[in-house]
Amino acid sequence: MALHKLTLFELQRKFAAGEVSAAEIVHAYGLRIGQVEPKVRAFVNQTKDQAMAQAVELDRRLKQWRKTEPLMGMPIAIKDNICTEGVPTTCSSRMLQRFVPPYDATVIARLRKQEYLLIGKTNLDEFAMGSSTEHSAFGPSRNPWNLQCVPGGSSGGSAAAVAADECVAALGSDTGGSIRQPAAFCGVVGLKPTYGRVSRYGLVAFASSLDQIGPITKDVRDAALLLGVIAGHDPMDSTSADVPVPDYGKALVKKHLRKLRVGVPREFFTEGLDPEVEQAVTAAIGELKNLGGEIKDIELPRTDAAVAVYYVLATAEASSNLARFDGVKFGLRAKETKDLLDLYMKTRQEGFGPEVKRRIMLGTYVLSAGYYDAYYGKAQAVRTLVRQDFEAAFKEVDVIVTPATPTPAFKLGEKSEDPLQMYLSDVFTISVNLAGIPAIALPCGFSRTGLPIGMQVIGRAFEEETILRVAHAYEQAAQWHLKKPPIR
Amino acid sequence: MKITREQVEHVALLARLHLTDEEKDVFAKQLSQILGHVEHLNRYDTAGVEPTATVIGQVNVFRDDEVRPSLPVEQALANAPDREGDGFHVPKIIEER
Repeated sequence: MALHKLTLFELQRKFAAGEVSAAEIVHAYGLRIGQVEPKVRAFVNQTKDQAMAQAVELDRRLKQWRKTEPLMGMPIAIKDNICTEGVPTTCSSRMLQRFVPPYDATVIARLRKQEYLLIGKTNLDEFAMGSSTEHSAFGPSRNPWNLQCVPGGSSGGSAAAVAADECVAALGSDTGGSIRQPAAFCGVVGLKPTYGRVSRYGLVAFASSLDQIGPITKDVRDAALLLGVIAGHDPMDSTSADVPVPDYGKALVKKHLRKLRVGVPREFFTEGLDPEVEQAVTAAIGELKNLGGEIKDIELPRTDAAVAVYYVLATAEASSNLARFDGVKFGLRAKETKDLLDLYMKTRQEGFGPEVKRRIMLGTYVLSAGYYDAYYGKAQAVRTLVRQDFEAAFKEVDVIVTPATPTPAFKLGEKSEDPLQMYLSDVFTISVNLAGIPAIALPCGFSRTGLPIGMQVIGRAFEEETILRVAHAYEQAAQWHLKKPPIR
Repeated sequence: MKITREQVEHVALLARLHLTDEEKDVFAKQLSQILGHVEHLNRYDTAGVEPTATVIGQVNVFRDDEVRPSLPVEQALANAPDREGDGFHVPKIIEER
């Protein structure tokens, strides 16, 4: 089998056994990227050459003493809003087009400690604000299953790169669905960990009460493997939780779901849900029952408030976080400005794209005098209600299963003129971020036109093991993950 | 909720964003539409409901105040759009009388 088709787990085994060298791995991925990247455009910046230099050095050292780490020699792609020392980190924005971080994000330091190979930085909607990568200042990425369709967003480049076998695994970030929605659109696995499970130090902040970094992988085992490396407490991120990291691989041992209660919220199966998605997810729930799961109807009555809550809180936090882009210490600075205020205003005019401006405007508005209580305060209170819905549900069930998205991938340009329609496409993923709990998206079928359909498994805070167990049992029974996109 | 062009101009100044006339018109329309959707929140009774600012329950996380290595000046200035000596160069802030 061609090296680029292997999972992280399989490739790592071959490498550890000495059956394949790091240089051979990078060479294989280099060829694959050369073949498909002109069509997919998953990367903002490829780092194949540096990866090859590192690989050669690694192979030379391993000749003398063979001791490997799980991610050693593994070509991994990183979303371009995660800081990589010495490698540009643009957030797909003109504002940071020339920004080279002087330090590594904690997740990168953890990968680097295991001597992973950075194969490239992947495209995103500017500053992770969007659901399609169409808001990237450098142009959209494409869905490897159908190049006319979006890969989803904002981690669309990472999901497309994994689906097209341009990397063995990737990292993304998820504020309202930015890992799970593109994973669902591209037919791969995407996991948003519990808020606090993974350090955000070095992740360019979008909405600090919601952002999490997580893995995007070819199967569930790989997600467990990568999560195990990046999870854990970090003194550099005061919101990271001091909770022990279990061996996530052990969660995959049980192949059945006996004694496990699976909740199905009726609010997720209403109008607006594509019939093919409904059919696929319903069939998947049937499969979970065959595996021994006890299926229960549950209610999450405040689900329809989630999008409104999110677009108040996330934009408010973004307007504050993005105030740092002022043209003074790093990033773009507008030329020929008459005073400091003019420098700020023109720099931000030139540096930010339309979606980022729209969200800064919305966020500034809801925080402004006279509107704070009506919008921001109200949204924070309704956020509590959304959390309470999940707390009540998790007294009755162990996991909740839903569609990951209302429809399969949409066409490029289909929603880009209507921001509200684009926002509403995140309806199934957003409430999970508001509650701060973990969720995994994985393939559960295909549409008649050959586009992947994704389901979502949601768990209690810090119970990633449970959602991995459910996802893995389903995946192994259904085998959707073995299907590859037709791109060559 | 109808957002006027004047409100857009006021918010843009607060946000330190220079907008073109076209952007002002588009944002007035789009923000009105989005805030119209946000009004749905008023259907929920939140009297006596504690707001959620963070889900983890941590309030303050302190660390010891010790001297630790920090970014060297050259590295800190490496991304500066304009520098002068060991500092960031910016336009004059204080007007001469």
